[in-house]
Amino acid sequence: MLRGATRIIDWPMEGLQRLIGERRMPYVFLLPNLAFFGVFVFVPISINFLYSVTGGPALFPAERPFVGAGQYAYLFDCGSFVDPSSCREDHFWRGVSNTLRFTAFQVVAMVLLSLLTAIVLNMKIRGRGFFRAVYFFPVLLSPVVVALIWKWILQRDGLLNAGITGLGGDKILFLSEPGWAMFWIIFVSVWAHMGFYTLILLAGLQAIPADIYEAAEMDATPRWRVFWRLTLPLLWPNLIVVIVLALIRAVQTFDEVFVLTGGGPGTSTLMVVQYIYETAFSNQVQNFGLAAAASVVLGIVLFALTLAQLAFSQRKSS
Amino acid sequence: MKIAQLLTARRDASHRHWTDIAAYAYLLLGVVLMFGPVLWLVLSSFKTQAGLLEFPPSLLPMSQKEISVAGYPQPLPLFTVTMEDGTTRQLAQVRRVGIQSQMVDPDNPSQQYRVAIDKRVPVREFSLATENYTEPLARFAFPRFLANSVFVTVVATLITLLINSMAAYALSIYEFKGKNAAMLMVIGTLMIPITIILVPVYLVVTKLGLVNSLWAVILPGAATPTGVFLLRQYMLTLPRDLIEAARMDKASEWQIYWRIVMPLTLPALAVLAIFSIMWRWNEFLWPLAVLTKTEVYTLQIGLNAFQGELQTQWQYLLAMTVMTLTPVAIVFVFLQRFITTGIANTGMK
Amino acid sequence: MKGTKMLLGCALLAASLVVSNAQAQTTLRMTWYSDGNEGEVMSDLLRRFEEQNKDIKVVLDQVPFKAINENLPVQLAAGQGPDLARVADLGGVARYMLDLRPLLKDPAYFETNFGPFLEWMRLPGDKTSIPGFMTQLTLTGPLVNKTLFEQANIAMPGPKATWEEWAKAAKDVATKVQAPFPVAIDRSGHRFFSLAITQGAKVFDDKGEPAVVDDGFKRGAQLVYDWHKNGVMSKELWGSVAGTAYRGANDEFKNAQVVMYVSGSWQIGQFDKTIGNGFDWVAVPTPCGPANCSPMPGGAALVAIKTTQHPKEVARLVEYLASEKVVGEFYDRSLFVPGHLGLAKQGLTYKDASQQGKAALKVFSEGVSTLSPVANKLQGYVHNRVIFNAVISRLGQAIAGEASLDEAYKRITADIEQQIAERTKK
Repeated sequence: MLRGATRIIDWPMEGLQRLIGERRMPYVFLLPNLAFFGVFVFVPISINFLYSVTGGPALFPAERPFVGAGQYAYLFDCGSFVDPSSCREDHFWRGVSNTLRFTAFQVVAMVLLSLLTAIVLNMKIRGRGFFRAVYFFPVLLSPVVVALIWKWILQRDGLLNAGITGLGGDKILFLSEPGWAMFWIIFVSVWAHMGFYTLILLAGLQAIPADIYEAAEMDATPRWRVFWRLTLPLLWPNLIVVIVLALIRAVQTFDEVFVLTGGGPGTSTLMVVQYIYETAFSNQVQNFGLAAAASVVLGIVLFALTLAQLAFSQRKSS
Repeated sequence: MKIAQLLTARRDASHRHWTDIAAYAYLLLGVVLMFGPVLWLVLSSFKTQAGLLEFPPSLLPMSQKEISVAGYPQPLPLFTVTMEDGTTRQLAQVRRVGIQSQMVDPDNPSQQYRVAIDKRVPVREFSLATENYTEPLARFAFPRFLANSVFVTVVATLITLLINSMAAYALSIYEFKGKNAAMLMVIGTLMIPITIILVPVYLVVTKLGLVNSLWAVILPGAATPTGVFLLRQYMLTLPRDLIEAARMDKASEWQIYWRIVMPLTLPALAVLAIFSIMWRWNEFLWPLAVLTKTEVYTLQIGLNAFQGELQTQWQYLLAMTVMTLTPVAIVFVFLQRFITTGIANTGMK
Repeated sequence: MKGTKMLLGCALLAASLVVSNAQAQTTLRMTWYSDGNEGEVMSDLLRRFEEQNKDIKVVLDQVPFKAINENLPVQLAAGQGPDLARVADLGGVARYMLDLRPLLKDPAYFETNFGPFLEWMRLPGDKTSIPGFMTQLTLTGPLVNKTLFEQANIAMPGPKATWEEWAKAAKDVATKVQAPFPVAIDRSGHRFFSLAITQGAKVFDDKGEPAVVDDGFKRGAQLVYDWHKNGVMSKELWGSVAGTAYRGANDEFKNAQVVMYVSGSWQIGQFDKTIGNGFDWVAVPTPCGPANCSPMPGGAALVAIKTTQHPKEVARLVEYLASEKVVGEFYDRSLFVPGHLGLAKQGLTYKDASQQGKAALKVFSEGVSTLSPVANKLQGYVHNRVIFNAVISRLGQAIAGEASLDEAYKRITADIEQQIAERTKK
């Protein structure tokens, strides 16, 4: 069966190769992917751009009146860019500032914890496969499920407050205090994604040749020094990948936070992507134009981040 | 794995460093933190609506014990009552009027008592509220939703594996004009979440006439930049000599891709397959936008259909969450070694 | 290739599903969401309709409310809507509704019984169209935990009591019995206006244009703000979640943690079912303010959609479902306040409800007569969601301490102006 099926594809592909020559074959391999890409990513992004320069409630771009940079001007109408409340569209800027704060803390926590976990998992321990699986497990859960699980634990009458009152404390409204809410969304997103980064770092650690360590041990170099002088530099390429991936994903954070805090209390955990989603969808006030303008701005930022990653990985390979 | 063995062999087992103990402590804490919340979810999903509202919550699902008392047609709820003289006894409640409760001794039904409601505590027993599962499932065409979800997940994953590995092959093995542009395009869109272009994608799907077809769910996410990226990184590490040797043997480019590169890329393909299964299985926002007919609903939409405007029915929400989580968990239990070592080997180097 | 085989199998399965559906005569699709058991009741009624009308098959597509709220408008704009849909934002969806008047046997029946509510489904200037009927009329109002009052040994304020009197009484009770929520009000702009209108909010100026922030509105906002400051209300509802998100306190009420819960008639069904004999709860008339004691009306309607291919069949279905006997059974079994004037006058028996539930439904049904014109006008206003959203989002920020009330007022006015301008841009 398998053989037969492959042969059926083999013949036309071989014919095709004879027809267009070996040098054009890479385009054949790329074509299906690029076709999907064009239709479902490139075209929508272009439509999105059209939305951002038009206004009104209409869905089809052709029916929307052209407003030029009006949406962008509205978005950037600020007294001072450091103070969101001086902006006309303050929710967008609160989203920006929350996302920045969230990203900074989340990425640092994510990198440190996955590094620590990778190092521990790389030690000589029993049941390493089991523990590795334990840390990876949450990666498989959908963001909505992750948020629900934790919401259930963190609510007023949840498990955590039961523990606190059991120890004689007072209930804490974890999701209704700005500081706590920010802490918990960071905690939960680290909880959910840490396993993936841990495995990348673990792979890096395992690729470090053992004789390097043996030499260091002979010299009786202190452990922290071995780590600082040897492990870290050798692990650097993997760390870069982790940092950049974590960074980009943190900027995009939406579902988890949306279900967990809904952006509250007030707007203290409102993220940029949630702002875009709500502007386009929530409660029938469907402002496609403004949402599109905000998403173009976000897209440019993300593109810059990705280019930075490209630059890093190229420097690495050269 | 050899390197790993070497690494672990380098330290003498007899000399225990404090870091070893700390490591185990850390790992055990990890087990509690990572598994605990999920376990709590599963336990909670078997509690009755009243049980869910309780504080402090009981660890196991419990519900109030009911007892048949002679002379009363319905079973009566049982309470432990603190009597005026300070003794406690078990009584069944006949009715409650205001803050007074009218109670009866189950062993002696003629004996009635009036008790203040804060003097009684329900007697509870372990019981699983399986109706949290059966009620919503009976209301919906569950097998149909399951079939749709499986179809979407399987087909989408196959397409994803095929077209992304082809693209990754082109981008890793060949040098050709426009390669950098293609790379830039793949990576440039790597990070555009579908959430922010939901409406334009919907327009495209409408124009293609795909609304209310499972293909509308399958196709848009098939060309995932993450997949291309992952596979390409892995293919870059394959020995070029093999490919050159095959060319010498007059193998066509397709044969090289299909017969030589694909089998070697298996670990990375497995990783992508797992991610694809997981993404497709969990997808919610996008199917909700394009699927409006019951016969094409996926599980995620079907199981959320009881969420109204004004209330969250926690007991159903938790139970249905467990329902959607279970298949993923089962896949993971069977494939976890494959997945974790697969990612470790793909390495993103 | 195992995959190919499987793919083929799945494709065949999918194809067979499509075929089995295509065989029906005329198939109508009805998009529906449920808060309680109304989806099951509707299924029963549809089955009966199909028995009497062998040429029509009706498929009930049950979706989460999120899909009605966020996706349906986009689907309608793209011409991909169902034949009928149950919607809550009547003004927002009005432009996609089909006028059934020319197709109905007896339009006068609809005029007499659904008259005032039909106006909610019409675009400005339209005085005649009949797009559907109310599946549910809702009224806002307080639900009170009577047992907590008894335990605290404090008398419940009487029927004409003011908001301030209720707040004080609820606070006293909560202090005595240690309930964490003296007063809870749903986090929703709609609910806020039930308070603001009693305080004299006019919402519109003389020309009928929105002029939301006036003295009455400010009085209402100040009350809510102060209640959060002095512990009458907990920050957990209005202070948590951002933007326009709805947040209720029904779980807290069921758990006897709320003394007075300002929500609405739609809670009765589930309270009746889950509280059971746990404690006594009653519905009371909306507390009074300087202006009036009016609740806010609301509700959901089943409407026909313009793009339907089968307008005649849709009209027949709507005629059946809206007929007095059928719609009466629907309200009765779903424990809804009737959105049908004839039935409202007769009163429904609600035979599935407990005494408590029946009493509460009676209180809400009587509230219809106390509705102020402002409340009716606001509910019928085509951009009312814009107003509700701006109000709840900005007041939420003020309560969370991110802005002062004065800043919130300014933002509310600016938001409403900008969003209505964007919505009406051609």
